[in-house]
Amino acid sequence: MSEKFKVLYYVNQFFGQVGGEDKAGMPPEYRPEKVGPAVGFEGALQGEGEVVGTIICGDNYFNEHKEEALEFIKKTIKETAPDVVVAGPAFNAGRYGMACGELAKTVVEEFNKPVVTGMYIENPGVEICKDKAIVVSTADSAAGMRKALPLMAAITRKLAKGIELDAPAKEGYIPQGRRKTLFVDKRGSQRAVEMLLARFKGEEFETELPMPVFDQVEPAPAIKDLSKATIALCTSGGIVPQGNPDGIQSASAQKWGKYNISELDSLNAPDFYSTHGGYDTAFANDNPNRVVPLDILREYEKEGVIGKVYDWFFTTTGTGTSVSNAKKFGQEIGAILKEAGVDGVILTST
Amino acid sequence: MVKEIERYGIPIVHMATITTISESVGANRIVPTVAIPHPVGNPSLSAEDEHALRKELVGKALKALTTEITETTHFD
Amino acid sequence: MKLEIGRIKIKDIQFGDRTFVQDGFLTVDKEALAAFLKEDERIKDVSIDIARPGEKVRIIPVKDVIEPRVKVEGTGAGFPGVTTKPSQCGQGRTHVLYGAAVVTVGDIVGFQEGVIDMWGEGARWTPFSKTYNLTVDIQVVEGLDTHTHEETVRLAGLRAAEFIGQAGKDVEPDELLTYEMGGIFEETAKYPNLPKVLYAEMMITQGLLHDTYIYGVNAQHILPTLMHPNEELDGAVISGNCVAACDKITTYQHQNNSVILDLYEKHGKEINFLGVIMVPEHTTLTGKLRASDYTVKLAKMLGADGVIVSEEGYGNPDSDLLMICKKCEKAGIKTVLITDECAGRDGMSQGLADTVPEAVAVVSCGNVSHVVTLPPADKVIGNAESISVLAGGWKGALLEDGTLQCELNAVIGSTSEIGYHYVTCREY
Repeated sequence: MSEKFKVLYYVNQFFGQVGGEDKAGMPPEYRPEKVGPAVGFEGALQGEGEVVGTIICGDNYFNEHKEEALEFIKKTIKETAPDVVVAGPAFNAGRYGMACGELAKTVVEEFNKPVVTGMYIENPGVEICKDKAIVVSTADSAAGMRKALPLMAAITRKLAKGIELDAPAKEGYIPQGRRKTLFVDKRGSQRAVEMLLARFKGEEFETELPMPVFDQVEPAPAIKDLSKATIALCTSGGIVPQGNPDGIQSASAQKWGKYNISELDSLNAPDFYSTHGGYDTAFANDNPNRVVPLDILREYEKEGVIGKVYDWFFTTTGTGTSVSNAKKFGQEIGAILKEAGVDGVILTST
Repeated sequence: MVKEIERYGIPIVHMATITTISESVGANRIVPTVAIPHPVGNPSLSAEDEHALRKELVGKALKALTTEITETTHFD
Repeated sequence: MKLEIGRIKIKDIQFGDRTFVQDGFLTVDKEALAAFLKEDERIKDVSIDIARPGEKVRIIPVKDVIEPRVKVEGTGAGFPGVTTKPSQCGQGRTHVLYGAAVVTVGDIVGFQEGVIDMWGEGARWTPFSKTYNLTVDIQVVEGLDTHTHEETVRLAGLRAAEFIGQAGKDVEPDELLTYEMGGIFEETAKYPNLPKVLYAEMMITQGLLHDTYIYGVNAQHILPTLMHPNEELDGAVISGNCVAACDKITTYQHQNNSVILDLYEKHGKEINFLGVIMVPEHTTLTGKLRASDYTVKLAKMLGADGVIVSEEGYGNPDSDLLMICKKCEKAGIKTVLITDECAGRDGMSQGLADTVPEAVAVVSCGNVSHVVTLPPADKVIGNAESISVLAGGWKGALLEDGTLQCELNAVIGSTSEIGYHYVTCREY
């Protein structure tokens, strides 16, 4: 290839080296240069392509002003005419992942240009774009940058040159959910017999057609008489008592806490604060009720709208927390609520 | 978390800003909130207006808990 | 029950003034065969041709494929209950013209016939590009109703296979295979520690062009029934259906059912192969519920530890397949399912019409909607135009220059759900 292919890069405020949570509200800006991971990425293109510029956008801005952010990105794509758009990697950062995912989906759908990004498998952004873009499977934190960039670059080189990608496991990307028909060495009946033998022997076997998991829970029946109901408060916003007595992690939580609020009318600063590492906690620390609205719920209780606020509130941090952990927390908390005869739950997320 | 609690048959309302995530994790009753750092609040409003807003949001959550639904429903 | 299959390996087919096999060369008397088939007054004309592996020949539309055979010892000559009087299949000795096949061609009524390419890209996708095919194109007299038309063509194919099979009667086979299995109690006493395995073979039984016959009985009307594996290997089951070409079980595939053969291979070594349950695929929910209950009941009565279930067709039979799976697993019987997928041309769709969490071990034989491009043939046997009406083809699928674009749907045996071929799907 005589001419280098062109890459447009997207990063958030943090990887764009603008700032941390305090800058998460920054609107997108375009810089005709390589910023942050784009530098290492271009190196891994081994001279075949170049990063023509970087878009930097705050995570909160993107998620709260999606339309505007995408408009900016679309405009920039029209101006820079890249061959491939690369975003992230976002690892397990949910808001960054959502931004990369929305961007990827939009660019593929509207421009039919290949997009390469990178995320941890549990990042909610994966589901948004994996069938459209190529999402390299990364570690859950930026420690995985070194591994992610060469994979993203190798895939970008192939896509730019129109080369078909190899199997997801080989290339290191999250399967797109595309069923590819191909030939294998053993006929189907032999594979079936071997699979059955493996089941008898208790050996590992791999189904060739995983059943889709339609994991939906039936909506629980509504509360009949709210004025007699006990309502519990629960949050993934990391609100904890001063000193964080249970040491709940600020990210990738391994545990949850419950705290007695029977004597309180409100969650006041500085008795409570947020230990959440995924958002700007200033507003929550100023008034924790903005995350866990105990004060309002007490008002409804006094007015007789609800019967009672449950004596305990439950808390953990949602950021970077694995689905399996979140599931476990829910099971444990749910068991307590059930036992206590709680009638309804308000769960707030940040 | 939402789904696992609901599995016990207790109605649960998810108050969240990024409702797309809320949906993909399988929440059934969803109340869209203000912003990530302050879901149930808005510091840019006057104390009085913020209180009214917060009261309204929690009111929506309570309404969600008393509404029979058969599929994912946004209360906004 | 003991069945000996004597394979006479066929290296080529040619036409001549009598029908015989010598040194692996099969010579067919075309006129005699045509005259024999025309004994059926419903047949107006027959054209017979040969398609060899590697030749740039396309056969379209294909209805059925049958292996030519002859019974040399014991009962069960021909196709009992269909072309011959009822008698027991699965014992004695049968000679097979191994490597040869009768392929019936001709427009009938439906869309459910397929294509066989003998060379190149198309040849990879069908197992019947490797056989020396004697094609039999049948024109029926005017005024036949569709059922009769279908039956006429079906019988002509079977009779042609019998006619040619006679050539192997006095020939010494190149290879002798023995399939022997005693009564279930007997075998279980011999192998008390081996897991007991059944094969549940689902069959399309849904009306015209969608039926399967066991000893001549239309399986539409049966409760799931137990057979000795030898019976199917010896002509007890024939295809009366032309459901999507890619995954219908041709008569040839019943005669050489790969699940039966691969289970036999392990019998007495790693498993105790109990037998085959023939399961009809009904069109009503009641029928599906009854058939799946009955299948699982038979499996329980026989003390099966595991069952391999193969499907025929797709869409509504997916629910039969999964019902059987679910009920077996609930009964503590381990299942492996063999199916194919309708994942759309882009492969992005959910491949089955139904889902159950119990289906943890599934063999996929490919995406029926996978699109293949087959280059122009030097010679077309049958009618190339018919691709526009076949399942898996479409109007415009046949390009000016003779290139054929179609889904695997239209390619005979490409996604065989008895696992006869080598295709699968992987997630990308």
